Formats: sequence, C-alpha cells, structure tokens
Amino acid sequence: MHEMALAESILNIVEETARNQAATRVTGLRLEIGELANVESEALQFCLDVVLRGSLADGAQVEILTIPGQGQCLECGAIVRLSTLYDPCPQCDGYPVRPAGGQEMRVKDIRVE
Amino acid sequence: MCATCGCGINETGSHSHGHDHPHDHAAEGRLISIERDILAKNAGFAAGNRRLFTERGVFALNLVSSPGSGKTTLLAQTVQTLREEFPVAVIGGDQQTARDAERIQAAGAPAVQINTGKGCHLDAHGVGHALEQLPIPEGGVLFIENVGNLVCPADFDLGEADKVVVLSVTEGEDKPLKYANIFSAARLMLLNKTDLLPYVDFEVERCLEYARRVNPDIQILQLSARTGDGMVAWLDWVRQGQQAVLAQQISRLEAELTSARARLAVSGR
Repeated sequence: MHEMALAESILNIVEETARNQAATRVTGLRLEIGELANVESEALQFCLDVVLRGSLADGAQVEILTIPGQGQCLECGAIVRLSTLYDPCPQCDGYPVRPAGGQEMRVKDIRVE
Repeated sequence: MCATCGCGINETGSHSHGHDHPHDHAAEGRLISIERDILAKNAGFAAGNRRLFTERGVFALNLVSSPGSGKTTLLAQTVQTLREEFPVAVIGGDQQTARDAERIQAAGAPAVQINTGKGCHLDAHGVGHALEQLPIPEGGVLFIENVGNLVCPADFDLGEADKVVVLSVTEGEDKPLKYANIFSAARLMLLNKTDLLPYVDFEVERCLEYARRVNPDIQILQLSARTGDGMVAWLDWVRQGQQAVLAQQISRLEAELTSARARLAVSGR
C-alpha cells in the first residue's frame, strides 16, 4: 500500500507550493498518472482523502489524469499503445514491447484561494 | 464526471461524499502549475546516497523479492565469501524484528536493520540514516535487502546502482507478469531454490520468457543458495560490478589529480 506514501508526498508538494504562493486554501489538485505506473488510482484517491484532511488542501477536488501507455515493439519497431507492461504488440503480436511513456507520476497543478 | 468520487451526476453543483467536507465543482481561484514528480523528494535523497556511493567507490545493490524467496540465506552465503575479498555491508528492511541483520552479522558482515513498522518499502531517506550507523564499505559492496514485497519497492529509488529481483521456484512462474513493474525495474533476476525444481510444478523456460517479456534487458541467473549450485556466477556478477565502480573511481580520482597538478603548475610559475 505505497499509495499512502505517495499521498503524503503529494501533500508535501501541494502545501509547500501553496505556502510559497501565500495561498490560504487549496481547492483543487490535478495529478498526472501514467497508465503503466505502479499505482492504483482508486487506492491513491482513498489515501489522499485521508491525508488531505486537516491540511491546507482539506476538501480539495482531486482529479487524476491518466497518461496513456506507449511502447516500441522490439520485433517490428512500431510505436504502439500499451496498457500493460506484458501485452504483445497490437500490430505484429510480437514480444517484447519496451515502454516509452505512461510511467509518469506527477503533480500537475493546484487551484488555490 | 466528479473526479473525487467518480460519480457521473451533479456535474456542476456541490455534493457531499458521506464525510464532513462537501466540495464544489465550480472552478474558482488561482491555478498554479507545478509539474513535479510525486517522488521528487525521495529522488533527492536517492541522489545524495548515490553521490556518497560514487565518492567512496561503493557498488550498491537493492535486493527485492516477495517474502520467503530466500534473500537472507542468499545474502548470508554471499557476504561470507565476498568479505574475504573486499569490504561488504548490509542494510536490511523488515517491518519488525532484527532477525535478518543478526543472520548477516553471524555470517561476518556489518549489518543494520531498518524496521519500517507498518511501512511496506524502504525509502532513500531511511537508507541515508542507516548509512550513518554502518561502516561504509569503501571500494566494496553494499547490499540493501528491501522489505519482502514485489509491489511497493519498485517505485522507490534508494540510490543503488542496480535492483536485483529474487524469485524462487516455489512461487508461481507467472510472477514476472503479475508484478511487472518490479521485474521491469530490475537489472538482474536471480531464480533461487533451483534444488527444489524436481518437487514443484515450475516451468523455468516459461518464467524466463515472462521476465524477458516485461524487461527485454533483464539478466537472469539460476542458483540455489542452500546447495551453492550456481552461486559462482552470481558472485562473479557482483565482483564485476564492484570492479566497474572501482575503475570509475580511479578515473575520477586521476582526473582530479591531473587538474590539481595543472593548478599547481600554473600557481608555481
């Protein structure tokens, strides 16, 4: 359940930014999570709900934007959509496909008052 | 859709989620762009550890596996041999007890245990503090034995040179697919307990194919830490890594020496 550690890291980033900007409240938070990243969005939402309570971002609207997975097939060379690390290439049905995007975990922006 | 609860209703109005902070869907206030990696703080600590390893010529390995894969037995056998050749040290992560560190110390290497409590992984900050309690194995090898868990440690860089994933033949051969992130992040996979192959339904070739499917660059060694079968290849792999780090340290020091001599020559004119 490392989503709790991720949620705490997110809160750190959010509070640090909000304080630097002299904001009194964070009302919105957007995250970018790659489809191939090692994180369960539902679990992260749950942990954020717990971690944000009593903070500057208590009650903030959390939005998780999914960045689609992408990879290059080492068999045919095509750049393809990849939704798991073990899927075959949708074009040639070959293996392996080396991931080339969709593993990000970023805090995109916050909305403050 | 409401991003907080995933509901499709009430797109613009306010609603509650069954606890005490109803929220408003209407956007207002200032938008501040951040675009920062969620694990940036851990990455900063990991970079600090990595700098220390580079300066002191330490080849650091992060060993990950599920519980019961035989990591501690493997490490005890490994340090028993390698400590005769160069300094070795071990940092062990477990939720409770110092049993693993005691087993490593019994094998003759300095070891420190990090108890993560409820935590499911080691992080770079904790490893940095553990390093303060340990003689740094200068010119040698540091083994970091992560918490037995194939999920969470995948994301947390500790400053290591390489991740080594240990899988035993008493587990499912499809683990590389089920826990793809950790196999994808590893440089080397050790297939342990091969002495038990006659007694279990484990198709080695299929398992290796799965590992290569999620990580085309992964190196694979098969061994039994209990019987010692295959241990030579693993020990050689570690020795090669240690020698590569030493070679890098020598070229770095030579470059420093050259520039110091050049400065001396200029100021002596």
